[in-house]
Amino acid sequence: MTPTRKRRLIAVLVIIVGVGAAATVAIKSLNENMLFFVSPTDVEEQSLPAGKRFRLGGLVAGGSVTRDSEGLAVKFVVTDGLASVDVIYDGILPDLFREGQGVIAIGELHPDGHFNAAEVLAKHDENYMPPEVADALEKAGHTNASDGQ
Amino acid sequence: MNRFILFFHNTGSPPWFYRFSGKLIPWLWLGFAVLTVIGLYMGLFLAPPDYQQGESVRIMYLHVPAAWLSMMIFGLMAIMGFIALVWRIRVMEVLMISSAPIGAAFTVIALITGSLWGRPTWGTYWVWDARLTSELVLLFLYFGVIALYNAYDEPRKAARAASLMAIVGVVNLPIIHYSVLWWNTLHQGSSIGTSGSGIHPSMLWPLLIMAIASKFFYGANLLSRARLQLLKQDHRKRWVRELL
Repeated sequence: MTPTRKRRLIAVLVIIVGVGAAATVAIKSLNENMLFFVSPTDVEEQSLPAGKRFRLGGLVAGGSVTRDSEGLAVKFVVTDGLASVDVIYDGILPDLFREGQGVIAIGELHPDGHFNAAEVLAKHDENYMPPEVADALEKAGHTNASDGQ
Repeated sequence: MNRFILFFHNTGSPPWFYRFSGKLIPWLWLGFAVLTVIGLYMGLFLAPPDYQQGESVRIMYLHVPAAWLSMMIFGLMAIMGFIALVWRIRVMEVLMISSAPIGAAFTVIALITGSLWGRPTWGTYWVWDARLTSELVLLFLYFGVIALYNAYDEPRKAARAASLMAIVGVVNLPIIHYSVLWWNTLHQGSSIGTSGSGIHPSMLWPLLIMAIASKFFYGANLLSRARLQLLKQDHRKRWVRELL
């Protein structure tokens, strides 16, 4: 390799290392702010103030969904296995919303401890299968095919 | 010189590259056409609907190959830019800048198809989560490379500046890839990884075929663009005059 090429090579490598290091530091420091949602455990541990808007993410606890007989209001529990939060929502739910499904609720904590959702999004997992396979999995003893395994 | 080294040496020569790519392009288009027909038929007619998403799962056969390609092209641009910067090979400069519009187009396809899938599945067209935002940043990086190239009159100087931007922008690729692991995102994690696939084989095959088809499209489109670019740059040179 000629000296000129070597010099260029080193210059470019220095740029790559520099940019890489800068990006790593930036990502590390941004980590907390980059979270799209907080889990029920975070809510419990951090004792988030009432009235502050944030996104709550977790699974809809089995058997926890109760629908209002008159309107669209719905009550359910969002859990991450360790902690759970009661959610009240009045609006149209996405098609994927069901018990055991991952959801993200956008809203704020009410002073009495429940979460007032203004919007509910369903989170899809990375598993794709035909309905028959999902049925077979369920029969084989998996209570909910969407729990991953 | 051994044949392999000679091949790489030759690719650096514009007339040789022009002839060689001219022979290769029809085969790449053929591969693209055959695989796309098979992949689309399998994806749209043979593959079953998903147990949760229903028919909208079929968007995946377009979305995932486009998203993969949008990242792969940027990675290749960084490698080509690196070679162009260190060894000043003009064919590499041309290949690098010719990749940019194709990569930008696939980024747009990935963003739009993802948005159309997000509406019925998540309940929203767009959210500012880490995966979606970093993919949007990738689109802006493509625009940046193209704009920087066009800011110079002299194509070789332009290619060097654009190459540098491609190399710097490559830090975004691991961010896109790992965004679903590092942060809580609305976007799901990777279905296909080293530990296997979360996609049922009846859906996985059309997806993989479409992914390979998209690479053929990139290859054919890239070589055609690069040939045109070389003809434009060399229109006064003897090999072009002899050719036309």
